[in-house]
Amino acid sequence: MRREIPLLITGIVGVVFVIQYFIPHYPFNQLNNWFSDWFSIIAACAIWLGALNLLKVSANKIYRKREDWGFSIVIIVCFLIITIIGFAEGEGFRNIGTKFDWLYQYVYTPLSSTMFALLAFFVASASYRAFRARNFDATLLLVAAFLVMIGRVPVGDAIAMKLHLPLSIYPSEISSWIMNVFNTAGQRAIMIGIALGIVSTSLRVILGIERAHLGGD
Amino acid sequence: MRNSRVKVNGLFFVLISVFFYSGLSAEEPLIPNPEDTTKICIPRPPTNVLATDAVYDKGNVVNLNWVPSPDDNGDGKILQYQILRRLENDSVFALIDSVIAGTAFYKDETVESGQTYQYMVVAICDGGSGPSEPSPPVTPDMEWLNFALSNIFVIGLLICGSVIYFIGKAKSGRPLFIRKIAGLEAVDEAIGRATEMGRPILYVPGIQDMDDVQTIAGLTILGRVARVVADYDTKIKVPVSRSLVMTASRETLKAAYMAAGRPDAFNENMAQYITDEQFGYVAAVDGMIIRERPATTFFLGAFFAESLILAETGNSIGAIQIGGTANPAQLPFFVAACDFTLIGEELFAASAYLSGEPRQLGSLKGQDVGKALAMIAIVLGAITTTIGQAWNFEFISAIADLLNSLFRTN
Repeated sequence: MRREIPLLITGIVGVVFVIQYFIPHYPFNQLNNWFSDWFSIIAACAIWLGALNLLKVSANKIYRKREDWGFSIVIIVCFLIITIIGFAEGEGFRNIGTKFDWLYQYVYTPLSSTMFALLAFFVASASYRAFRARNFDATLLLVAAFLVMIGRVPVGDAIAMKLHLPLSIYPSEISSWIMNVFNTAGQRAIMIGIALGIVSTSLRVILGIERAHLGGD
Repeated sequence: MRNSRVKVNGLFFVLISVFFYSGLSAEEPLIPNPEDTTKICIPRPPTNVLATDAVYDKGNVVNLNWVPSPDDNGDGKILQYQILRRLENDSVFALIDSVIAGTAFYKDETVESGQTYQYMVVAICDGGSGPSEPSPPVTPDMEWLNFALSNIFVIGLLICGSVIYFIGKAKSGRPLFIRKIAGLEAVDEAIGRATEMGRPILYVPGIQDMDDVQTIAGLTILGRVARVVADYDTKIKVPVSRSLVMTASRETLKAAYMAAGRPDAFNENMAQYITDEQFGYVAAVDGMIIRERPATTFFLGAFFAESLILAETGNSIGAIQIGGTANPAQLPFFVAACDFTLIGEELFAASAYLSGEPRQLGSLKGQDVGKALAMIAIVLGAITTTIGQAWNFEFISAIADLLNSLFRTN
């Protein structure tokens, strides 16, 4: 029963969702909104599970003095500060000028931006590895990437102008051609595959053939 | 006493009125000079205002068409058309929107099914307006079937039918050829490596919630991976960014350990919630990678800007990495930083592929029918469009249009 009931619910909900796509009449036209609302309510309740798990794991680490337990103190202290301030400020805790807003603007956002900024360095290191001309495919990638990059900066066309090249082979034109023809075709092929993959996976889940997420075969 | 107060108030009112009247009359005459016609503009109104209920909808759309004012000839005299609406029983029309001059169509998406409405279109010029006659009443209605999606219904039926057909065929025991997917062939090897090195495995099922099919695909693969991990008695860590994914991951891990006959080895802290915040989650997982140095990392699910940060950090510690997502923009990052990448559909095929179960493999074969359909439509579409445009064949162009509309959803 522990497996059959989730499978039954999944199957019914899956079929209802397929049907509602083709029926614009009430109540089918509201099902999507209702299910979204239910999901939001369940997810909002489940956040406590996550928060309690975070506290439990961190507290356990501190209690047992496991490696790097100092970080767990930081987690618990930060969690308590932001939660207490949020609750103390009541309904308008997200308004501009509140203490919660101050923490969000001057602590959370800079930290988040710092992590995002790391991406620039990782792009450089990944590009260096990807663009090494080790074989024909990698060389092709290197040449295409060079043409796209030179076409995206003004200096590319400026050099072409100095060399009196025909307009049709200006780097910006070649770059657009690569992006619009090869890149778009490749992306669309991937998108078609993804759409079919989603259909197939959904069918397996709805029909109860796919049970790995429930621990079945 | 009372009379004298009334008198004083009356005098005050008269004085104020005289003051304002004299002020107005000094700058702006109440009666315009009939010789000054430059500021007077009375446009001819739009005609034939027709409101119709949109077909195949939820009863929330009315289409409005009209013949523009004869003065709307592109010289800028008509500035805009105002759309006015009233319920049939109301006496007053209320302004609901305005559109630019030269327009003869408006889609009202703010109506309620079952109510009866009337519309008026007013041509506006500088200083004047020309209202049309009210439209005949219209009552938007809900339809039971959206026939505009019949093409999608037929294609969906074909694809789903072929998937079910091949599942049935696979069940009968006939062997099916499935191409090898390098990333999935390497799963056992990657887990074995972690076992030999005595280091943990890190499994990241993306950063989206359970309502994303990529997360579901990630968890189904986790079920397969966890079973091998349980067999090999290796450590696995599943940091997640959503509470529901944490509970689902725990159930998946628990079931996999039980199926492998190792319920004692299961620990619910294997799946740990971090935070819903994208970069907070990335910072925590990066920290785990650096401190615990997993031998193998799996990044399978929905990823966004964090994909490269995670994969490059994993690469920097020399872990074997298997990445996969259905977000095309993130695939190049996984290709550059991971040893194996599951590209788009391979992510969804992975669970079936790893199970080796005929019914699941049959569903993969069914997908191929969809791909064949898409390929035929693309090739025929390219040929008919080229011929139709180059030689102006109407019949061929009609076929091209038909093919073009085959996969449209609106």
